[in-house]
Amino acid sequence: MAAGLAVLTRGFRGFARYMGGVLGADAYTRYLEHHASAGHGTPPMTEREFWRDQTDRQDSNPQGRCC
Amino acid sequence: MAETPDQRRNTPGGEGRVATDPALPPTALDEEVREAEDRKWTPGKIALWAAIALLGGVAWFMLAIIRGETVNAIWFVFASVCTYLIGYRFYSKVIERYITRPDDRRATPAEYKADGKDYVRTDRNVLFGHHFAAIAGAGPLVGPVIAAQMGYLPGTIWIIIGVVLAGAVQDYLVMFFSMRRGGRSLGQMAREELGVIGGTAALIATLLIMVIIVAILALVVVNALGESPWGVFSVGMTIPIALFMGVYLRYLRPGKVMEVSLIGFVLLMAAIVGGGIVAETPWGADIFSLDKVTIAWGLIIYGFIAAILPVWLLLAPRDYLSTFMKIGVIVMLALAIIVVRPEITVPAFSEFASRDNGPVFPGALFPFLFVTIACGALSGFHALISSGTTPKLIEKERQTRFIGYGGMLMESFVAIMALVAAISIDRGLYFAMNSPAALTGGTVETAATWVNSLGLAGVNITPDFLAQTAANVGEESIVSRTGGAPTLAVGLAHIMQQFIGGTAMMAFWYHFAIMFEALFILTAVDAGTRVARFMLQDSIGNFVPKFKEHSWRPGAWLCTAVMVGAWGAVLLMGVTDPLGGINTLFPLFGIANQLLAAIALSVCLAIVAKRGTFKYLWIVALPLAFAAVVTITASYQKIFSSTPAVGYFANNAAFSKALAEGKTEFGTAKSAAAMEAVVRNTAIQGWLSVIFVVLSIIVIATALLATIRAFRNRADATTARGNEDPALPSRVFAPAGLIPTPAERELMAEWDKVPAELRFEKGGHH
Repeated sequence: MAAGLAVLTRGFRGFARYMGGVLGADAYTRYLEHHASAGHGTPPMTEREFWRDQTDRQDSNPQGRCC
Repeated sequence: MAETPDQRRNTPGGEGRVATDPALPPTALDEEVREAEDRKWTPGKIALWAAIALLGGVAWFMLAIIRGETVNAIWFVFASVCTYLIGYRFYSKVIERYITRPDDRRATPAEYKADGKDYVRTDRNVLFGHHFAAIAGAGPLVGPVIAAQMGYLPGTIWIIIGVVLAGAVQDYLVMFFSMRRGGRSLGQMAREELGVIGGTAALIATLLIMVIIVAILALVVVNALGESPWGVFSVGMTIPIALFMGVYLRYLRPGKVMEVSLIGFVLLMAAIVGGGIVAETPWGADIFSLDKVTIAWGLIIYGFIAAILPVWLLLAPRDYLSTFMKIGVIVMLALAIIVVRPEITVPAFSEFASRDNGPVFPGALFPFLFVTIACGALSGFHALISSGTTPKLIEKERQTRFIGYGGMLMESFVAIMALVAAISIDRGLYFAMNSPAALTGGTVETAATWVNSLGLAGVNITPDFLAQTAANVGEESIVSRTGGAPTLAVGLAHIMQQFIGGTAMMAFWYHFAIMFEALFILTAVDAGTRVARFMLQDSIGNFVPKFKEHSWRPGAWLCTAVMVGAWGAVLLMGVTDPLGGINTLFPLFGIANQLLAAIALSVCLAIVAKRGTFKYLWIVALPLAFAAVVTITASYQKIFSSTPAVGYFANNAAFSKALAEGKTEFGTAKSAAAMEAVVRNTAIQGWLSVIFVVLSIIVIATALLATIRAFRNRADATTARGNEDPALPSRVFAPAGLIPTPAERELMAEWDKVPAELRFEKGGHH
């Protein structure tokens, strides 16, 4: 029973993570990863700054959505 | 672009021998190991593929050969899925082996241009979902419904075979070539490969095509919402919901995308339920019962405001909502069809399959079925998504087959499910809903009489049945609800109520379907307007440099107004068209979309030829030839046909003549003003067809010239790399497909042992 529940929880978590990835919810985490590995020596943007920057960049680089 | 020494060293079309870091494990599977794995046919593998082939064969047999009273919907699922699997496993591998020839030792743009923002290596399965959500929208949900006029078989064959040989090939090739070019857009590739004339023609055609596509998608929404207070309320509520989500993400809890999407989803469901309650109150019915012209104007004003508002406020949050709904709805629809397995009574070929005067869309099966179903079989619009956005996120070159080819197969499956949903409803109901009011008369009595007079086998509907269906889905009337979306919604409600909720839930499911179609379309309208505005700004910028500054408000607003004005004019023309709107404009949508496909395939043809691959050029030439023949024939008939229902100018002449003779009523136009509208509309539609087809012929011709030139110069090795970015060594490894192969697993295990700091010791290019 407990094992079954654990499998279920893990499955749900995996699905949620997948959906998050598809929606782009993990963009900030991935930015931080990139920032750390690139070794810029400057502090990364905060979460709030990052999301502002992201949507503001989309303003001048619109991405198409299909029919 | 000047060639690097690395490029010159390469043999024509041969893979770049990229020196990868010897301190790291290999970044690609050993060529021989991969080949051996691919070619080794274990008994289990043979049995599996034999079973898939057998099941697919049986399913096709049930659909195409057996002529029973009914056919079960599950055969559509088996026929499509088995064919996709075979196409993916065998045909796409041929393309990979002989045309794209990916090299995993090369870094992808996501690696060599990594910036943590636009260029980010993305897990292949996540990117698959992301790409799918970007390409799939309302298109595959609408076209197959309209094409069901011809019976189920022509549409089914075209959707399934078309995607394997044409649609998925286009998406895959465009994605791969764009990836090799650092994620360049289709327009930029066209200019590089086809020269100034071909490139400019491609740009203008793309711009015009986007206008048409946005206008007709908007027309589908208007037709679905006209005189429907429930629909207007619930779809209208998506705007405040999106605004709330935008503010939430910007100021309250930045970055909590999943959280806000869930909140948005709950609010959306509440809006659907609330719409039912509001529509029943006298004031609700009064405020939200809008006629189509009012809704069209509302949409035009909305389109302008939405396109100049900052992205964070409306577009981004609605995009989250739309993606969330897209995945959910498609999974739900697939589950429902598999669980409910409706019996289909529609014949394989209907009475209209051999005629050219069908009420839903005019014209003969060839070529018009192939333009009516564009999305799901071959959609040129995808080339705009497959170049640009997705290639910047790909982790390894070999993954393009899974994401590009596989993603399009998924969209095709959506189209098949939409077809199943549409043909699971009564055939009489189908024609009553999809024929223009000029034919049905607009009331249940006249519609029932008219449908029964068509002489369709097994069709006998009563006014009561039409009235009852409308009541079940919570609408005033469902007669002449053209555009495909309402029919799909009725079909979906019909299937879903057997799955969850029964008849009592039908109204909810109907409006749920209308809501998500509207959501997809509004997102496409918004994004399409923005993209088109930037294209226009850049084009004008070549003459007036100030326009190239994207932040220059007057320029941005002016170009937005021009684009909105253009699609708005076509939309209003469709809404007020005395001939019915959808049936005259939808063919133009399909033609436009497929001409774009022809342009994209032309660019691919030129690239493949320049890479020195001539023996397998037919893989690109085949879909290109088909798209070119279909669209040029369709355009030709639309321009020159003497049948008024088919030819724009024939219709134009007929109405002009009637006007000149002083008639005040002609055909379905009941007044002189309506007749003048027909004359105006047909002239515009006719000239648009002329412009499209001329531009496309220019692009195809320049591509053929480039191909011939490449063939003459095939001995010249220096052109092999063409306009590709220089090959850089990769420092990562990831499997190519959904499930890693044993050899890939082994290599992954080796990579897991590498300390993290060694893997990315070298940063980006900053």
